[in-house]
Amino acid sequence: MTTPADLVCKDLTKDFDNFRAVDQVSFEVPQGSFFSILGPSGCGKTTLLRMIAGFQFPTSGDLLIKGKSMIDVGPSKRPVSMVFQHLALFPMMNIGKNVGFGLRQRGVPAAEIKTRVGRVLERVGLPGIEDRQVDQLSGGQKQRVAIARCMVLEPDVLLLDEPLGALDLKLREHMKIELKSLQAEFNTTFVYITHDQSEALVMSDNIAVMNKGRFDQIGTAKELYYEPANAFVAGFVGDANKFSGKVTGIDGQHVTITTNGGATLSAHAMNSAPTIGADAQIFVRPEAIALSKVAPPDSEKASAHIVDSVLFNGANSMVLLRDPQSGETLQVTLPQSGDLLGLGKGDTVFARWDPAQARCFATEGA
Amino acid sequence: MTDRSKLGFYLLLMPLMLWLITLIILPHIGLFMVSISEKIGVREYETGLGNYAVFFNEPLYWRTFARTAFMSIFTTILTLVLGFPVAYYIAKLTRGRTKTTLFLMCLIPFWVSELVRTFGWMILLRETGVLSNFLQYTGVIGGPVEFLYNDGAIMVGLVYTSILFMIVPLVTTLDSLDDSLIEAGYDLGGSGYSIMREIVIPHATPGIVSGCIVVFMLSLGNYLTPILLGGKDSLWFTGLIYTQFITRFNWELGSAFGFLLLALSSTIVFLGLKLSRQSLTETMGR
Repeated sequence: MTTPADLVCKDLTKDFDNFRAVDQVSFEVPQGSFFSILGPSGCGKTTLLRMIAGFQFPTSGDLLIKGKSMIDVGPSKRPVSMVFQHLALFPMMNIGKNVGFGLRQRGVPAAEIKTRVGRVLERVGLPGIEDRQVDQLSGGQKQRVAIARCMVLEPDVLLLDEPLGALDLKLREHMKIELKSLQAEFNTTFVYITHDQSEALVMSDNIAVMNKGRFDQIGTAKELYYEPANAFVAGFVGDANKFSGKVTGIDGQHVTITTNGGATLSAHAMNSAPTIGADAQIFVRPEAIALSKVAPPDSEKASAHIVDSVLFNGANSMVLLRDPQSGETLQVTLPQSGDLLGLGKGDTVFARWDPAQARCFATEGA
Repeated sequence: MTDRSKLGFYLLLMPLMLWLITLIILPHIGLFMVSISEKIGVREYETGLGNYAVFFNEPLYWRTFARTAFMSIFTTILTLVLGFPVAYYIAKLTRGRTKTTLFLMCLIPFWVSELVRTFGWMILLRETGVLSNFLQYTGVIGGPVEFLYNDGAIMVGLVYTSILFMIVPLVTTLDSLDDSLIEAGYDLGGSGYSIMREIVIPHATPGIVSGCIVVFMLSLGNYLTPILLGGKDSLWFTGLIYTQFITRFNWELGSAFGFLLLALSSTIVFLGLKLSRQSLTETMGR
């Protein structure tokens, strides 16, 4: 690509009095893409976003927007806008004044402000609400007004700080789709931070998984889900069954471990191949496990489990299985079809998975 | 409501009602009755508005009245100008222990009586006082200068006495302003001035208005500070009331003055609320 990326971070670091909140983070966000930073609370993602917005200054490293360093530029001069966690709409102004605030600060003539505010409100699907007050809007409408207030300034990068966190579940699902289509509509670079992995997976072109101030992995949703770089990513992105044990056999990338409960499991090692006798963890996705009521022909790969409970949730139903020997539990997606439909507590089922779909990582710090 | 809970309701309401009726409503009715009775001879009274006519016919009285009103308004403005930065600093720029400490430091002077505090100012400002001596020592002035007994001294005393009542409501309202609103203002390209004017001050208006009402009423009705710091020329309206009641034994005129002061403070507060487009319930009922 010849055009510079909209946002580039180079070894960005932020130290607080006694800990490092952001540790040498580097990434690039190409123009017009939806980039998410996903991490548990306290991982430093808010600090990172506030550094991009200009509310906090990095201890070291560089930050470039459209190729220009932003280190000495104040928040009011940066070509970025931010949608705050609680939106921060100004309750003392009506919607038109709220959206026009940034334009007024730039000294745009009043008549032009009026047409531009009208146009941006139309684009977010709320035409003609200029005279309403902030508290007259619903949660989803406020969301769109907050985005309109930023987009009217035509920023190079729009930052979003968990803006869906305060919404109820149904609206959140709806807003995910809406945000994605708004991003496509404006064709602006979005940087979105969240601790909700489904928000990140659904909306993003690229996702960075952040943990303890570092980026563990940057990739598309599919890459993170199917090719996690380490145990943290495997455990954090999507649901996974986790087993800990000692490595007892290695065959190329095919690793066999014996869990603390005594079960023998095998999986695919991703990068650093563990050594025999080392501590390791295996992650298996709930949907990668196949269930059958009768023992499959190559029964040495399937193990008998007892149904602990059935968690019915329509198409997302799960079943909790327990290994009668080791006592370990297993969470499996329950297909709502065939002979598994009538599965009940206490039944015996056979579970098996393709080791190529399971992931093995050496236990960190062991 | 059952009879029992009704009884409880009225019992709980009792202290408030007792306070209102015995200390506020009854004395005012009495005062009003006295104010409309004219003395025509020894122990002979007639109902009429003669006492109020005396007020309007004697320039000293209504000029003192107007002077008290203007100086109280000026005190209120000065207190707001001085109190706002302090309140903003406490509410927005400090947190935790520092905040509590600063807040307490505003409160500490109020642990001693107003009389003692005012004497403190007299020690500072009198001819042989700290300020005069200091200025002589540094050579700014040649001989001793009397800083007491002028309008400036009254103003200093009034601002000092009432600034806490401005800071407390301001800190409360500014505290409730979400920091992210200020950040959003900067993020959208606002300058410090425009954020103050468009976001902080509109949000703080109820606090500003309620602080102003309290400070204005305290200044208008203050007796001690203007008399002690302003001396015999202070010409504060409360001083006139005191003179009528205690020195001249003219309770009738004194009561009329009292009612005029009540009318004045009510009118100015009403105008202030109208000007700032606030309502009393909005500012006081929070």
